[in-house]
Amino acid sequence: MTNKKSFTRRNLGRATVAGAALIGAPLPLRYGFAQSPANLKVALLLPTSGGQALIGQACKRGADVANDVLADMKIAAKLEIVNYDTESKPDVSRTQAEKAIEAGAHVLVGAFDSGQTIAIAQVAEQRGVPLIVNIAAAPPITESGYKFIVRNFPTAPMLIGGAFNLHKETFKASGTTPKTAVLLSLNDTFGTAMIGGIKAMFPKFDMPYELVDIITYDAAAKDLSVEVAKAKATKADMLMPVCRLNDAKLMIQELVKQRWEPMAVMNPGSPGLYEQDFLKTMGKYGEFHISNVPWLDPKSAMTTSLEARHAAKFPNDQLDINGGFTFEAMLIAAHAWLAAKSTKPEALMEALRKVKIDQHVIIGGPIQFDAKGQNVGIKAAAVQNLKRKPTVVMPLESAAAPLVFPEPGWNDKRRV
Amino acid sequence: MMVVGMYLAWVAFDYAELTPLFSLPLIALLFFGLGYGLQRGLISPFINRPEHQQFLLLLAIATLLVNGCLAIAGPDSRGIQLESQFDSYELGPLVFDAVRVHAAFAAMAIAGLLWLFFTRTRIGKAIRAAADNHMGALVVGLDVRRLYAVTFGIGAACVGAAGALMITIIPVTPFLAAEYTLLAFVIVIVGGLGSMTGALLGGLLIGVSEAVAGLLLQPSLKSMFSFGLLILVLLLRPQGLLGRKDAR
Repeated sequence: MTNKKSFTRRNLGRATVAGAALIGAPLPLRYGFAQSPANLKVALLLPTSGGQALIGQACKRGADVANDVLADMKIAAKLEIVNYDTESKPDVSRTQAEKAIEAGAHVLVGAFDSGQTIAIAQVAEQRGVPLIVNIAAAPPITESGYKFIVRNFPTAPMLIGGAFNLHKETFKASGTTPKTAVLLSLNDTFGTAMIGGIKAMFPKFDMPYELVDIITYDAAAKDLSVEVAKAKATKADMLMPVCRLNDAKLMIQELVKQRWEPMAVMNPGSPGLYEQDFLKTMGKYGEFHISNVPWLDPKSAMTTSLEARHAAKFPNDQLDINGGFTFEAMLIAAHAWLAAKSTKPEALMEALRKVKIDQHVIIGGPIQFDAKGQNVGIKAAAVQNLKRKPTVVMPLESAAAPLVFPEPGWNDKRRV
Repeated sequence: MMVVGMYLAWVAFDYAELTPLFSLPLIALLFFGLGYGLQRGLISPFINRPEHQQFLLLLAIATLLVNGCLAIAGPDSRGIQLESQFDSYELGPLVFDAVRVHAAFAAMAIAGLLWLFFTRTRIGKAIRAAADNHMGALVVGLDVRRLYAVTFGIGAACVGAAGALMITIIPVTPFLAAEYTLLAFVIVIVGGLGSMTGALLGGLLIGVSEAVAGLLLQPSLKSMFSFGLLILVLLLRPQGLLGRKDAR
């Protein structure tokens, strides 16, 4: 066997092309390579078991696709996300936050529920580790002078103010205004903050309806028959629920069973009515209820990427604001890390305070935080359940479908 | 164990399309066997040991059951969807929740069967005799160890049946047991330990007092009334409304 070696122009050309190809090949993958090695350790604290498990899991799905979406959007950051289950309990949240910090978490993210978030916030503040709040509306979270906390979610007054404005827009657009409303609210940290906010803001907003009663119930309630009977007895035109997933289901079941057909079930800024499990289990009785909450911006390229990644990874699950806000928390962490170029808490916190993210997924202005760590640029939309899907119906400029108001009765043919 | 019964009813509904009213007898039968075996295999050896040891044993079994449910079914709440869950019966101005009416009738039927069993059958009478006078039962030649196991089996069957009925009312999670255990204690103590009629009366009293309190005051305060009633009964009639003094 012979081994001939010759140096010709042709061979030189081939070698040059091959070398260029070898060097250039990774270019399309450069964002993926730039993401490695992962060295921002994010502790994601969520209620993935217990009473809020389904919502916690919906939040987690948003984080599960975060690195893929960051790569799609050419953001050169890869996060090492470690999950911690708060078991829907504030005391466990506190312990898990301690555990996450001991395990070397650089940033904490969580925790959907206000009570659990406050418990985590105290740990974050004591240990000087940044906490990015994905979802939690109780005002004290950013009103207590904490220095290591930012919140990318509206406060209860922001939710209520947005909802009240949308109520008026809805009545104007439909030409129908309810004369009375009854508030049915759970009595946990979130519910209490909402009730306080509604009582304070109701007169200021000059609402066209009278709030005839405020009925509270335990967050762990397994039966809302008495509560709904009491609300029905007020003969209010509109029911305003402040609830979560399980109680939202109980509430609507009771409404149907007690044959109470208010003009609308329209919340003043609360979860429950738009959740995937609610829509699935309530069937036709889950239709037409309206949630006035922040929502995913269908016009954002990042939302498109998030929806695509979410649909590919979780084909049986719906992307909603739980996943949206949790993804945004990861986006904020990534931006802060890129700006800080460090995992030191002070540097990360400094970067978080200065962050300005124009491209994100929730309707509203750029993500940026005021001196208290609150993002004040988040806007609310009226989302109506139509054909088993939460659909933006207000404000009109963002509407994806026409509003149906008043909502049809339980046996109306439009409910299918 | 009720939670396990709820999970079994959910599995029967989800995988075999068997509604809880049909899966109830099967679950009750299975639970009778489990209860009987549990008593003979685990509880019986502890019967003469100090009460705290018996308590720890049962607590360990409960912990195993909760974590077993968590490991097998996960933390999600599992419920079943029945048309009747949105139904109600109207009687004049009164509206009755259909699933609760069905569950109440089923519970009354089971209570009736239990009453017949304890008053009309030989083994039922023997159980009552052994409960009344343990030594006397041994003297007349009753197999008290077997009676203990049968009684435990019947108790377990009732709990399994309760689980099959409860799944029609609320979804199940592994951690559901704690609050119902507390409620069951309150009902039994108010009604009177050892009295079946007392347990029915206790349940009715607690349910009605909570509902009325919820209507008259705030619903979030309703459990305060059931515990208030418990304190009142403990102060004025410690043996419970229909309980006997020696049953304490």
